[in-house]
This record gives sequence, structure tokens and C-alpha cells, in this order.
Amino acid sequence: MSSPNNTTANNQQVKSDIPAGLWLNCKSCSELLYQSSLEENLQVCPSCGFHFSLTAAQRIKMLVDPDSFQEIDPSLHSCDPLNFSGDGSYAEKLLSSKQKTNLQEAVVCGSATLNRIPYALAAMDFRFMGASMGSAVGEKITRMLEMAVQRSLPALIVTASGGARMQEGILSLMQMAKTSAAVMRHDEAGLPLIIILTNPTTGGVTASFASLGDIILAEPKALIGFAGPRVIKQTTQADLPEGFQSAEFLLEHGFIDRIVERKKLRRELGLLLHYLGGGRAI
Amino acid sequence: MISCLEIEKPILELEDKVGELISSSLDRDADLTSGILLLREKLDLLKEHFFLNLSPIEKVQMARHPQRPYPADYISLLFSDFLELHGDRRYADDRAVFGGFALFDQQPVMLIATRKGRDLASNMACNFGCAHPEGYRKAWRLMRLADKVGAPIITLVDTPGAYPGIGAEERHIGEAIACNLRDMFRLSVPVISVITGEGGSGGALGISVANRLLIMANAYYSVITPEGCAAILWRNNEAVPKAAEALKLTSDDLKNLKVADEIVREPADGAHRDYQKAAELLGEALLRHLQDLRKMSAEQLRQDRYEKFRNLGLFLE
Repeated sequence: MSSPNNTTANNQQVKSDIPAGLWLNCKSCSELLYQSSLEENLQVCPSCGFHFSLTAAQRIKMLVDPDSFQEIDPSLHSCDPLNFSGDGSYAEKLLSSKQKTNLQEAVVCGSATLNRIPYALAAMDFRFMGASMGSAVGEKITRMLEMAVQRSLPALIVTASGGARMQEGILSLMQMAKTSAAVMRHDEAGLPLIIILTNPTTGGVTASFASLGDIILAEPKALIGFAGPRVIKQTTQADLPEGFQSAEFLLEHGFIDRIVERKKLRRELGLLLHYLGGGRAI
Repeated sequence: MISCLEIEKPILELEDKVGELISSSLDRDADLTSGILLLREKLDLLKEHFFLNLSPIEKVQMARHPQRPYPADYISLLFSDFLELHGDRRYADDRAVFGGFALFDQQPVMLIATRKGRDLASNMACNFGCAHPEGYRKAWRLMRLADKVGAPIITLVDTPGAYPGIGAEERHIGEAIACNLRDMFRLSVPVISVITGEGGSGGALGISVANRLLIMANAYYSVITPEGCAAILWRNNEAVPKAAEALKLTSDDLKNLKVADEIVREPADGAHRDYQKAAELLGEALLRHLQDLRKMSAEQLRQDRYEKFRNLGLFLE
């Protein structure tokens, strides 16, 4: 299906972080896939529909008008406030994540247009320490929402996160309240917030901004929950129901608006931005 | 014999000795005063030394002490005419979170507190203090009511964390906590939260978006339990003390990181040895902060709470 609004999305090829090679096995159905056919298909398995993770850059490219994205706070990054050392030092983990991803932190924020409708957005990048939220991620999300208030923009956050970043201890926990406060101010300014939940979104991110969208979309089969399935199994000693904590499970229980396949996301986001702007022409 | 932690044994043994000496001096009509005085001095020193030198994991153990006063104990000692209000008007009445109006300093306040239960039956009924979504939704219902009628809100928190269970996820505990985090910033009344024992992550934060956060000297507040952290980062149980240390979760750490506004002192023996004195110390702090906050306008209170959290976090740019 094609519409005038999503030609860019259909045509673009998304490069992946999967090591270069001609083919690979699907993580879900094990089908042998050509790298190039996966890229053509927006990193969705043509055989089973499994949605591979996207980098923040891939995600943003998929959801904005060409060359419209303007990043904010690109150099804002984490320090090591607790001088934390676990099985390796936090400082080392940060360094290796930066090298691996070419990012300064686990979220990329800015403003862009889609179908020439301006909006503010943030995309989380799971490769960077599981896109866990420490002070820097919390600050960047907060500033993005503050920028949206200042410029009267709707906002979009594409989530993927293992939760709060343990290595910053209580300060990470406080980012849940800080980002939620920013959502409150954006809400009180009469502006809409759209959330796109992607695999996986858990812990402190689920228990803060990820659950606070006026509209909440999710990619198919994304794992979305507060506690991890392993912890729940351990605590309750019970078998988890089929499809527990999947996007489909959340839809069934009334907590998200729609499950949207990746190839339709751009078109649906465009429609939503139009509707939420009261249908005003830009 | 009261139940005690391994680390407390030297204190309790010395206390027993002093007790024996006193009773034998009475029995035999012998004057053992000097010996008793000496032992008492030694005991005081030992106690002081004990609390000064607790390691982070030992502080966590003190926070979880089975005899530690719970929010319900502080409520009965510090507040009068408590009128509990039940249910979230959506699904259930979560026993792990309770609340209602009470009088404090002769004025109405809204109390919200967690409840662990004191014996196995009540532990089970209260789910060991681990709230379900309904607990957070009930808390919000009561906080909104307090906001409407202008009653300050005091929350007393002692929870290992929100419950990781199937029903909790089905009814979206993440959403229940998230809504409280957002909506507590809308409140126009003073909000004071106290971590009295365990401040277990999002489960504690979900009722602690306050103008003033107080923490009892031997309480802890953490993004994850030391056990959970050790399991994830070290993949073994022996690392629990290391994790407790690394997480910076003690009352002193919390004050240094500007998360806690004040550390509430505890009696020399710890809150669990003297409920009355512990409650007095907490009551004095609550009254002082409440008097300060009552001087602020609705807008000032909202702004104050926003700024407190807006400024938390350390990063570089």
C-alpha cells in the first residue's frame, strides 16, 4: 500500500548495525534472509514480520521529511556521578557505547517536520547501554519537551529502554519524575504527546513518559512492561500467559491505542499530526 | 528475647549483662553501682560506634528490621482521628497502600502510606508492602481529593518496591506509577514525603513526588535493591554488599545528592528500640516543614516541587 504521504519511507533503505554480510538468520523465525532484502523492508523480516531494532538515526530518517531534522543538545552526555564500578566501571561502559554507536547518549532529540507539519521528537537507541535512562537521557527528554512548549509543538517519543540506569543510582530514578514533570507542562500547554513503543520498553521508562502519551502506538510484538518477565516468574513462581507483556497484550488490556507495522508508521504518524493539529494546514 | 539482626547481637548481649548485674545487685543487696555505671558507659559507646560504622548493606538490614516502626505506627503516635478511605474506584482496595484524613497539629491532612504487615497473615494480606496498580490509583484519588479541599499531603513510605506480578502488569502498573509522577506535579497543596524504612525504586517514587523529601537516618532509597543490582551486574549473590555500597542508597548519600532535603534523626538505639522517641523526632521535622510550606501560595508550591525535581541529575555538555 502506498500513499502520496509515505513515498519517502517506502523508498528509503535503512542501513543496519548488523555486521556486514550478505545474509543472516532472523532472530525470531531463523529464516535465512538477505541483508539487502531486510534493509529494503525497513529491518522487518519479510518472512515472519519480526521487527529488528532500529538505531535512533534510522528511526528519525523514517519519520521526518528529508533534511528537516534539527538536533538539539547533541553533545549533552553522562558523567559518572557515583563513581560507580560494578563488573566494570561505568565510565568504561560509556566510552565503549560511544565508540560503538557514534552517539554521545542513548537518545537523540530535536525538531523536524513530517508532511511539512513541525513537531519535536526524541528517539531512543537501544545499542547505547540498553537505552537505559540516567541523568543525561532524562535531561535530553526534558529539554526536548521544554523546547516543544516554547515553540508550541506536538511531541513524539520513540521508546526502547531497559529502564532506569543502575549506574547512576537514585539520580536515575529521579529522571522518571523529572521527565514526567516535563510531560505535565507540555500537557498543560495544551499540546499533544505521541509515544511509539518499540521492543523492548521496560522498567523506569515504562513507569514514566512511555506510558503518558495522549496517543500510544506500538510496533507489533514489542515487549512492553514494568517488571521484567524473569523477575515476575521468579517472584510469582507462576507460568506467564502466552504473549504476556507484548504489544498485543497491552492492546487487549486497553493500555495502547494501536499496533502499527513499521511500514505504516510514517503514514499513521503523518495522519495523527494532522488530526492533533486540528487539521490546520501548515 | 526480641528478634534481632546478627549485627545487633553485641549490643543486646551487653544490655543483658547490665540487666543481670542490676538484678543480682538487688538480690544480694550488694553495691555494684560502679560496675553497672562502667558497663552502661561502655554500652553507650558501643551503640554510638555501632550506628556510625554501619556499612551500606547493614543500613539496608536496619531499614528492613522486622521490629522497625512502620508507617502505621508513626500514624498512631503522631496523628489523631485517622479516618481511612478505601479503594481506587476502579478495581480493588490495595492493602499495601492505605490513606485517609487525620489531624496533625490540630489541622486536617491527607495521609498516604504503605503497609507491610507485622505477621505472616498480615504480610500476606498486604503483599509484604508491594503495591499493585490499584494502590497508586487509590493514592492519586485521595491526593486529588486533598488538593480539592486544601489539605496538605503527607506520605509515609516503606516498601521493597511495586509488585512484579501478572495481575500488576495486566492492569499496567507502569501506567499507574507514571500518572502519579506526572499528576503529583499538578497538586496545589504542600506535599511532604518520608522514607521511613525501605524506599524501593518506582514503587516508592510513585507516592513521593513531594515539596520536601525526608529520610529517616537508617532508611534507604534506591533505584534497585542491592540484591537486584548484584544479580544483574555481578551475576552473583556475594556481591550484594558491594552493590549496596555502589548504589549510594543511604540517608547520607541521599542528602549529599540533594534528593533528600533532611535526614530525620533516630533514637540512639535505632527507631526499632524506641517507637515513641522515633515518632517525636519525625513529628518535629514534619511540623517544621509543614509550617514552612503553608506559607507558600498554590503557584509557589507547584513551582517549588517542579524545580526540586527539574534540578536533579548530573551530566556534562
